[in-house]
Amino acid sequence: MDKVIVAQDLTLAYNTDESIISKANFSVTSGEFVFITGASGSGKSTLLKSFYGAIKPDRGSLIVGGVEINSISSSKRNFLRRHIGIVFQDYKLIREWTIEKNVMLPLLINGYAKDVSDVQVEKLLNHVKLSHKMGKYPPELSGGEQQRVAMARALAHNPILILADEPTGNLDNYSSRLIWNLLEGANTQLKATVLVVTHNIPEELGVEYKHFNIEHGTIYEIC
Amino acid sequence: MKSVRNHLSLVIALFTIVFTMQIYLAVDRTVNAYENNLNENYSIVVVTAKKMEPDALSDLDPMIKNAQEVSTAEVIEQFQSQMKQRHIDLLKLSLPHFYALHLNRFPTPSEVNDLHKRLQKSSDITRVEDFAQNHDTLYKLLLLFKSVVIIFAIAIFAVTSLLVLKEMRIWQLQHNERMSIMAMFGAPVWLRSAILFRLSIVDALIASVLAISTFSYASYLKVGEEQLRTIGIDVLLFDPFNDSTLIIGVALSLSIVLATLIVIGHKEEH
Repeated sequence: MDKVIVAQDLTLAYNTDESIISKANFSVTSGEFVFITGASGSGKSTLLKSFYGAIKPDRGSLIVGGVEINSISSSKRNFLRRHIGIVFQDYKLIREWTIEKNVMLPLLINGYAKDVSDVQVEKLLNHVKLSHKMGKYPPELSGGEQQRVAMARALAHNPILILADEPTGNLDNYSSRLIWNLLEGANTQLKATVLVVTHNIPEELGVEYKHFNIEHGTIYEIC
Repeated sequence: MKSVRNHLSLVIALFTIVFTMQIYLAVDRTVNAYENNLNENYSIVVVTAKKMEPDALSDLDPMIKNAQEVSTAEVIEQFQSQMKQRHIDLLKLSLPHFYALHLNRFPTPSEVNDLHKRLQKSSDITRVEDFAQNHDTLYKLLLLFKSVVIIFAIAIFAVTSLLVLKEMRIWQLQHNERMSIMAMFGAPVWLRSAILFRLSIVDALIASVLAISTFSYASYLKVGEEQLRTIGIDVLLFDPFNDSTLIIGVALSLSIVLATLIVIGHKEEH
């Protein structure tokens, strides 16, 4: 199986004096469902950011989807991001756009035709059970609904990798369950590699998963 | 509603700038027209012992636009009843020749002085009258008028520039989030900025249409032009084609510069 993420002696730091992640060695194989856990401030989100090229490694190497993050150029980073779906704790939806347009964003960036995009958006909003909210703007939706829109957006362009940063951190149990179901579905049905940063792994999960924990800047795989 | 308010702020800022620019242009045209009026009425008189060709006088200095002989016939006519024809003929022969020199533009006092000196160097010219005192009074009035206009334009430009800078800051904050989100999904810079440029171009066009309509209507009502005509200044304050093109050009350029600064100033969220 192809490796989607390969980290060798990966060190991440915001300044050279203090590293957040130190000499990490791990890999993620295509189609895996991966959890990254750790205490607040342990560097989970920083590690996730390095996967989409927002942070470059301080030392060591990191390869995501065949792209070397260490020497990534602006155009290469855009290319990489077009193959990744990202879900954030605070949703990061464009407030001035309707939910359809928000979901359509990756399709627009990837150059999909308008009619294809329209069909895909309708299908996805139906999939996240929000087709009745079409025409609404993000501030008109509840937190759970906004996160489902963000999920639909992350899935829109059939990404090879889905990155989720505390996707259920702001949600109630019902909404959290829906989001986990959607992530499971993306992994099992769409065969996307899913990597989730979270404080807590849900007890009932319908997929096998890999679990990394970060402690004092070191990444351990928990078997 | 919020979006309309945001649009309105930039439209008003751009409108104020193009409005001020057009007012400045109108005043500048008025000043120039007044200066031309003064120039038309102003001339230096030179006296020569022998008759000269006007072109020969024009060639004496590049500042001279043309020379015109001042007829002495009217003066002689006054003596006709009191003097014998023989004496009048003698007077005609002994009278020097007078020429009025019209200049290319309204000169400054030092230019008048320099020209006076240059003309006096010519062996054909016996006397130069530049009416310096009269010229100086008019020139000082014109300078005062020009200074008032420049101060007015600078003050308005300063205020509107602050407005635009403030607007730019608001836009930067507003669009940063949107641009960051688009960047996270791999949107190239042109796509991230496209909305911003589209909005600023639309706002620039709205501001231009408002300004052009305002000036066209004022021009239709002949606001200002009638009043100026009463003081002898005939000037076109708003040139529909050229001024409209200039207004649209300035508003579009400003808004594009504004949007470009926002795009350059955008820092990607980490």
